[in-house]
Amino acid sequence: MMRSFRGGHVKRSGITGQRLAAIFLMGCILLNYPILSLFTRPGGGIAGIPLLYAYLFGAWALLIGLMAVVVERPRD
Amino acid sequence: MLQGWVIVLVAFAYLGVLFAVAYYGDKRAEAGRSIIANPYIYALSLAVYCSTWTFYGSVGRAASTGIGFLPVYLGPTLMVALWWYTMRKIIRITKAYRITSIADFISSRYGKSQMLGRLVTVIAVIGVIPYISLQLKAISGSFTILRHYPRIVMPAQAVAQPILNDTALYIALMLAAFTILFGTRHLDATERHEGLVAAIAFESVVKLLGFLVVGAFVTFGIYRGFGEIFRLAQQVPRLRALMTVADTGNTYGTWGFLTFLSMLSIVTLPRQFQISVVENVDEDHLRKAIWLFPLYLFLINVFVLPIALGGMMLFAGRGVDADTFVLTLPMAQQKEALALFAFIGGLSAGTGMVIVETIALSTMVCNDLVMPVLLRVKWLRLNERPDLSRLLLSIRRWAITGILMLGYIHFRAAGEAYALVATGLISFAAVAQFAPAIFGGIYWRGGTRDGAIAGLSAGFAVWAYTLLLPSFAKSGWLPASFLTEGPFGIPLLKPQQLFGLSGLDEISHCLFWSMLANIGIHVVVSLAGRQSITETGQATMFVDVFRRTQAPERSGLWRGSAAVEDLLPLLGRFLGPDRAREAFLAYARRRGVDSPEQLRADADLVAFAETQLAGAIGGASARVMVASLVQEQPPGLDEVMDILDEASQVRAYSRQLEQKSRELEAATAELRAANKLLQELDRMKDDFMSTVTHELRTPLTSIRAFSEILLEDPEIHLPERKRFLAIIVKETQRLTRLINQVLDLSKIESGSAEWHTTELDVHEVIRESVETSSQLFRESRVELVTSAGTDAGPRVMADRDRLVQVLINLLSNAVKVCRPGEGRVEIRLGVSNGFLRVDVQDNGPGISPADHETVFEKFRQVGDTLTGKPKGTGLGLPISRRIVEHFGGRLWVESELGKGATFSFILPLEVPAAKAGPELAQAAG
Repeated sequence: MMRSFRGGHVKRSGITGQRLAAIFLMGCILLNYPILSLFTRPGGGIAGIPLLYAYLFGAWALLIGLMAVVVERPRD
Repeated sequence: MLQGWVIVLVAFAYLGVLFAVAYYGDKRAEAGRSIIANPYIYALSLAVYCSTWTFYGSVGRAASTGIGFLPVYLGPTLMVALWWYTMRKIIRITKAYRITSIADFISSRYGKSQMLGRLVTVIAVIGVIPYISLQLKAISGSFTILRHYPRIVMPAQAVAQPILNDTALYIALMLAAFTILFGTRHLDATERHEGLVAAIAFESVVKLLGFLVVGAFVTFGIYRGFGEIFRLAQQVPRLRALMTVADTGNTYGTWGFLTFLSMLSIVTLPRQFQISVVENVDEDHLRKAIWLFPLYLFLINVFVLPIALGGMMLFAGRGVDADTFVLTLPMAQQKEALALFAFIGGLSAGTGMVIVETIALSTMVCNDLVMPVLLRVKWLRLNERPDLSRLLLSIRRWAITGILMLGYIHFRAAGEAYALVATGLISFAAVAQFAPAIFGGIYWRGGTRDGAIAGLSAGFAVWAYTLLLPSFAKSGWLPASFLTEGPFGIPLLKPQQLFGLSGLDEISHCLFWSMLANIGIHVVVSLAGRQSITETGQATMFVDVFRRTQAPERSGLWRGSAAVEDLLPLLGRFLGPDRAREAFLAYARRRGVDSPEQLRADADLVAFAETQLAGAIGGASARVMVASLVQEQPPGLDEVMDILDEASQVRAYSRQLEQKSRELEAATAELRAANKLLQELDRMKDDFMSTVTHELRTPLTSIRAFSEILLEDPEIHLPERKRFLAIIVKETQRLTRLINQVLDLSKIESGSAEWHTTELDVHEVIRESVETSSQLFRESRVELVTSAGTDAGPRVMADRDRLVQVLINLLSNAVKVCRPGEGRVEIRLGVSNGFLRVDVQDNGPGISPADHETVFEKFRQVGDTLTGKPKGTGLGLPISRRIVEHFGGRLWVESELGKGATFSFILPLEVPAAKAGPELAQAAG
C-alpha cells in the first residue's frame, strides 16, 4: 500500500508533492487579498448568485478538483 | 408535538446505534478484518473537525459576517495540500517512535522532556475547554429549542436555571459516560481505537446528511433555489452587505489570519492529531484524504449562506439566534421529523468532537501529567505493581469526567457572552501555539528543549492575556475596566490593543502577538543555548525520519555524510590513534586547513580515509568498514533508541558501538594472524622443497662423481676402487635414509602414518635403543650411561618402533656432537605428575637459547653447517617431536653454549604415578 512513497516511486512521489505544493500556493493567492477584492463588486453575479460567493466556491472546487487529479493519476 | 421523552429516546437510540458501530468496529479489528483500513473511512473520520461549530455556528457566523465563516474551512483545504510533506512526516515519525498524543510528540522531539509534555497537556486542556463548552451549549440549546416545539424559544432565557434542572449538566454527564464507554474500555499500547474511528466516520456521514437535508429544504423547499434566495436577499440592504466584503475595518486581514489559524489548527487540535495521526492505519490513506476531506468541507458549507439568508429573512425581527437556524427553520415550517433529524445531526457533530477530544486529552493528562507524578510518589509503590492498566484506565475515566465538568463550568460561567464560532476560535488560537514546536521540530534540527518550553510558555501567556482574560472580563468575572482601560489603568497593556496595536480583531490580534512571542522566543532561546545529547539524537531522528526509514535506497548518498569525527576514530582503531591523527593532519594541511576538525565532510575525505584504512586491512575490508560506519549506524541508533529508556539511551548506544568495534578489531587481528600463518606455511613449503632437492643432490653428486671415475678409469687399483665403492654405498644409504625420512615425515604430517600403539615397558625400550646404537658409541669412543635397569620400568602407551626411533635419533644426535674420547652421554629416567620423563644429556658444545626451537625445524642443523659436512638429514628431530606429540607428550631441549645439551621428552604414563618412587618424581622437575 505504501509503495508509492518508497523506493522506485520516490521520483514520482516527489513530483506529486511539488504539484500539491504548487496548488497550495495557487490557493493562497486565489483565496486571499488582493485577488479576492476583484470579486467584491456589488451586483452582477452568475445566475443570481453573488459574484464573491460564486467565485469562492468555484475556486475552492477548482482546488479540490486539481488535488484529486494530481493525487489520483494512475501510478505507472 | 414533540415530547421531551421522545427527543431523549431518539437521542439515546442514536447513541445506541453509534455504540453498535463502535462495537462492530472493535470486533472486526480483533478478528483482524479492520473496517477502518480504507482511505474513505479515514477521510470521513477527519471530518471530526466539523463540530457543532460547523453545524450550528457557521450559519450564525455567516449571518453576522457573510462569507467570514469560510476561512476556517479554506485553511484546512490549503493545509491538506501540504500534508503530502508535513502530515506524512508526522505520521511516519509517530509510527516509527510509537507516539500516542500531541504532547508525547512534542516532548519526544525535544529530548523526551517531561516538563514539555506537562506544559503541552496543560495548554491543551485549558485551551480546549471553551471548545468543549461550545459543544455543550449547542447540544443543550438545540435540545431546549426542540423541546418547546412548535414554539420557538431561545435558550438564552432558559439558561438561568438551577444547576440540577440544567440540561447541559446532564448532557455533559451523559457524554462523559459515553466517552468512557468508547474510549477506555481497554488499554491499547498504541492508543488506537478502531471502533471509535468507525463511529466517528459514521457520525460524519450523519451530520453531513443532516446539514445537506436541512440546506436543501431551505433552499428548494422554502425558496425556489439559490437564485431566489440571493435575489430576495439583495433587496434587503443589511443582507446585501453580507454578500460582499465590508469596506470598513480590516476584513481581509481577518480573513487571512483566520485562514492561517485554521491551517495550523487542523494539525494541532488534539482531536485532529488523534484521528489523523494516531488512529491512522496506513500512511497511504493520506493520498485520498487529501482531496476527499476538503470535498467534505466544501459540501457541508454549500448551504450555509442560503440557510443564514433564509433564516434572517423569515425570522426578521423575531429575535431568533442565527446559531439556531439549522434547527429553527424546519421547526418554523412545522417539519417535525426534519427538525428531529437536524437535532440528531447536531448531536452527532457535538458528540463526535467531544468524544475524540476528551479521549485525546485524557490520554495526555494520564500519560504526561498524572502518571509521572504518581510514579514519583514513593509510598504508592507503583513501581512494584505488576499491572498498572486498571489504574491507567481509571485515571483516564476521571480525566474525561473532569474535562467535561470543566467544560460545563465554562459553559455556566461564560453564558451568552460569545457566539459559537467566537468561542471555538479562542481554542483554535490556544492550540495553534503548538505549531512552532511541531513544524519547527520536524524540519529544523536546531530547536532545543529550552526553546520549545520558552516559546510555548510565552505564546500561551500571550494567548491567556489577550483572549482568555478578556473573555472572563466579558463574562463578568473580571472588571470591564480591565478591557477598556488596561490593567492598573495602563493603556499600553490593554489586552486587546496590546502596545497600542489596534485595527485588528481580537483573534488576529492575539494570533499576531502570541505567534511573534512563541516563534521569536523559540528561535532565540534555541540559538542561544545548546542541545543535550538526547535532544540532538531525537532531533535527528525526527528531522531525518524518511532517511532513516528508507536507508537502503539512499545508499548512493552515504559517502557525502561521513564526518571527520566518525572517520578519525575508525582509522584510529586500525592504525593506532596517533598514526591516524598524523595522517589526517597531513591531509588537512594539504587541503589548506589547520586541523582535521576543520575538514569538510565530503567524498574526497571519505576516499582518503578509505585509502588509509585499505593499507591496514585491505581495500575491500576498508570499503566495508567505511560504508558500515555511515550506513549501519542509523538503524542501530533507532533500534537502541526504541528499546532503551530515556537518559541511558545514548550512552548505551555508544557502548554498543564500542563493543561492536572491539569485536571487529578482534576479528581483524585474528584474520591478520591467520593470513600471516598461511603465508608462513606457504613459504615453509617452498623452503622445504628446495631444501629436500638440495639435500638429495649432495649425495647424488658424489655417487655420480665416483661412479664416473670408476667407469672411465679401468686401471684404478683395487684398494682405491674399494674405497670409492664404499663411499658410493655410504652415500646411497644416506640418500635412502633421507628419502625414507622425508616420506616418514610427510606421512606423519598428513596423518596417514600407521601407528601400532601398545603398552610398553620403558626400560625395555631404552635397553633396545642402547643396544642398537652401542656400535655407534663404540666407533665414536663416546661413553653412554643409563639409569634404566634390567627390571620392569614405568609403562606408557606408544608404538614401540617409533619410540625406539625417537631414542636412537636423540642418541645419534648426541654422539655426533660429542668429541671422540671425551664424550659422555647419559640417559635419565623419571616419573612425575602422571608423566614419564626421559632426558638424554651430552657434554658437547651446546646450543644457544636462540636456537632451542630452530633445531626442531626441518633441515635446520645448528652448528657449523657451513664448514663441515652435514652430519644428519635435518629431519630426525622434527620427526621425533611429531612422534612424541602424537602420543600426547612433548619434546624439548635445554642447553647453554659450552655446557652440553639435554634433550628431554615426556609421555603420559599408562599406570598411576603413585607407583613411582619419590626420587623419580624429583628428577622430573
